[in-house]
Amino acid sequence: MKINHKIIFKVSVILAAVLVALLVGAIMILATGESVFKTYSIIITMPFSNFRTFSEVLVRMIPLTIIALGICVSSRCGINNIGAEGQMAMGIIATTAVAFVVAPLPRFIAIPIAVLVGAIAGGIWGFIPGILKAKLDVSELLSTVMLNYAAAQFYAFMIRVPLIDPNEKTGTPMSARLPESTVLHKLFKGAAVHQGIFLALVLALIVYILLWKTSWGYKMRASGARQRAAKYGGINVSKYLIIAMIISGACAGMAGSVELMGNQGRAMEGITGGYGFSGIVVALFGGLHPAGIIPAAFFFGILLYAQVNLQILTSVPPNLVEALQGLIILIIVAVQMILSNQYLEEKFRKKFFSKKEA
Amino acid sequence: MPNNTVIEELRLEHITKRFPGVLACDDISLSVGKHEVLALVGENGAGKTTLMNIVMGLYQADEGSMFINGEKVSFKSPNDAFAYGIGMVHQQYMLVPNMTVLENIALGMKDSWHFTVDLSSVRKRIEEISDHYGLKVDPDAFVWQLSVGEQQRVELVKTLCLGAKFLILDEPTSALTPQETDELIVLLKNMSRELSIIFISHKLNEVKALSDKVSILRHGRVVFNGRTADYSPSEIAALMTGHEVEIASNNSEKTKGKDVLVIENLVVKSDRGFNALDGFNLTVKEGEIVGLAGVSGNGQRELAEAINGIRKTESGKIIFYGEEIQNLTPNGVIKKGMGYIPEERNTEGIVPSMSIKENIILKDSDGRFSSHHILKNKEIEKYASTLRESYDIRSPHIFVAAGSLSGGNIQKVILAREIDRNPKFLVCVYPIRGLDMGAAEFIHRLLLDLRNKGVGILLISEELEEIMNLSDRIAVIFKGKNQKMMDAKEATTDKLGILMAGVNDED
Repeated sequence: MKINHKIIFKVSVILAAVLVALLVGAIMILATGESVFKTYSIIITMPFSNFRTFSEVLVRMIPLTIIALGICVSSRCGINNIGAEGQMAMGIIATTAVAFVVAPLPRFIAIPIAVLVGAIAGGIWGFIPGILKAKLDVSELLSTVMLNYAAAQFYAFMIRVPLIDPNEKTGTPMSARLPESTVLHKLFKGAAVHQGIFLALVLALIVYILLWKTSWGYKMRASGARQRAAKYGGINVSKYLIIAMIISGACAGMAGSVELMGNQGRAMEGITGGYGFSGIVVALFGGLHPAGIIPAAFFFGILLYAQVNLQILTSVPPNLVEALQGLIILIIVAVQMILSNQYLEEKFRKKFFSKKEA
Repeated sequence: MPNNTVIEELRLEHITKRFPGVLACDDISLSVGKHEVLALVGENGAGKTTLMNIVMGLYQADEGSMFINGEKVSFKSPNDAFAYGIGMVHQQYMLVPNMTVLENIALGMKDSWHFTVDLSSVRKRIEEISDHYGLKVDPDAFVWQLSVGEQQRVELVKTLCLGAKFLILDEPTSALTPQETDELIVLLKNMSRELSIIFISHKLNEVKALSDKVSILRHGRVVFNGRTADYSPSEIAALMTGHEVEIASNNSEKTKGKDVLVIENLVVKSDRGFNALDGFNLTVKEGEIVGLAGVSGNGQRELAEAINGIRKTESGKIIFYGEEIQNLTPNGVIKKGMGYIPEERNTEGIVPSMSIKENIILKDSDGRFSSHHILKNKEIEKYASTLRESYDIRSPHIFVAAGSLSGGNIQKVILAREIDRNPKFLVCVYPIRGLDMGAAEFIHRLLLDLRNKGVGILLISEELEEIMNLSDRIAVIFKGKNQKMMDAKEATTDKLGILMAGVNDED
């Protein structure tokens, strides 16, 4: 019973937050002169109108979930990774480069290697701020953001010079199409969703087991929850900080690999497309728990897909959806304050649950 | 209007205050008259501080009302209380360390703020107050330069400068040396000729020495109201806990065991970079409790952290069962068999957001409670439940966040974990600070049992009574040096007090 009312409290606060965001969003839509009802019904009903549109949401959910799982590990260990965008870019570049090397191999070998290399590249990009934080106490906020810029520049260089598509004569900065042996197949004909979704689901399970069922995860969570107590308890906090950042970066790198191999087919400009930042929001929105991250990623998948539809079907600028995302971030911060307030929770319990418990 | 009214009587009637899950004050009624001193006594969590915060307007009572001179008042903020001349000195001093005494006091005196702060009028006011009450303060000293006792005087002067005629003191002696405590009591005694005072205390001899009336709170209720003179300290103690208190004490034979912890010429830096320990020496034998007395801030924290590998040492040796352990990692020291009850039980001894169950395995998540790094959940739950019962940890179950427990129960979680790991030695820092007598007694018994099993214990404390009751030998720390080591039988409060203040008869 006790656990029950807590969950209901949390869910209702989150739903209330979504409602507030939608209301404020409605004001913005009105300002553009478009119909609020029409806009929202496009956002909400389009994804469910047929399987093709539904799979458009799923395909966006894949990188969001994988990145958010990584964020979940680092945040639980007490380090804020806002460098997923850069780590994802490094994953894409590394996977692209290696894809052409492993192309002659059979699929079931080539694909794991390509994903693994993406994970390693992202992991290295996560390791740098991790070790800087652990050894020199450099703020991870600073180092991860700076490494995002570094990764973006490196990415731009790679697709312009070394990896540029040799058959493309116009000089468009993009790599050649990935060889067939490294492409993740679509699950259904005519639908965008690809095999990467299995990786996302398996990773969710792995992250859950890691954090809550193993001593490593226990130590990470203890370090994140109260570093001083963790040190007192003999936990090597620096070591776990670094490990958590490597895992976090590796997840972002894998998200890049999977997005590349399953959806885009080649490295070009703008693949990361803000997934690294949306992933942070998804992780927070999902309560830093895999079981919350999956539905949160689905919700954000709907929002991202809405950007495309609104552009086609209405006069609402797609940036508005981004503004809506920003709003939701703000509201999440407020919601977390509310959720951590035991007093409000108690009031809520009294109001809605006192009869049952009495 | 109210500032000039003299408070003839402050009366609380049927005050009730609820917090989530807790009834902090339950139908409390009491009154304090002009020039009276009321001692408010009670175990921790009895609701004393909450009640005083209601009087100050920091909290609003859910039910009940407050009367001044028979007139109903309700304070929405401390400013309303100041307006009636009620001032409070909190347990934690509210001073800005890198400002002078004068500046600190001027901060509170808003009528001295014009375009610039009128410091000279504040200075005059300080001089008036300190002359009048005999409270000596140096207005130009920086607060960080002052001892705890001096800081407290500044707090008192600050409160009086604001025009307080009615003082509330929350555990005013908890951080003072015995000598400072005696001085304070004389001072307050004199002040009570002109002021009314409510003071909160755990220490019954102070209650006896200072107060006219005593109110005892238990679980948020007033269980006793009476004139102090009519009751003995032990009668008050019994009323406070609800049962006769037997004070645990160490009467056993002295150990003839070997030296297990030897500290030689230890030098350790504090966070601020000076030598907190400066050539410190100490030995502890097997099956012996060595009490280390001293005013906090003389290197105790650094000593405990250095022994447990949390703080690096500069020079000197820490020899534990024949092996040098200085500058090992915390985990390295734990593996040698060291147990540690840290000073900050809420933030260091436990991970507050984690459950009791998870806190119990803090030091063993990779040991007996996992195989191949997979946690053995069933076993952990069983073990935690057993400890919860055998250590009398009062909580609904083992899944509640440890940080939500009371101080005494948090301490029991820590002790359960540390003692049940069968340590070879235990470093124990302020184990009963802020705990009620029931919990303190329980913890002291645990420590004595452990000693009788042959475990050496270094007991760092500022409570002389605790040190004298439990220790086999007593050392006194002052400015990072061991002043003197003596047999517990030779020790008296006076002797220790003098050593704690830095006077060494052998100098």
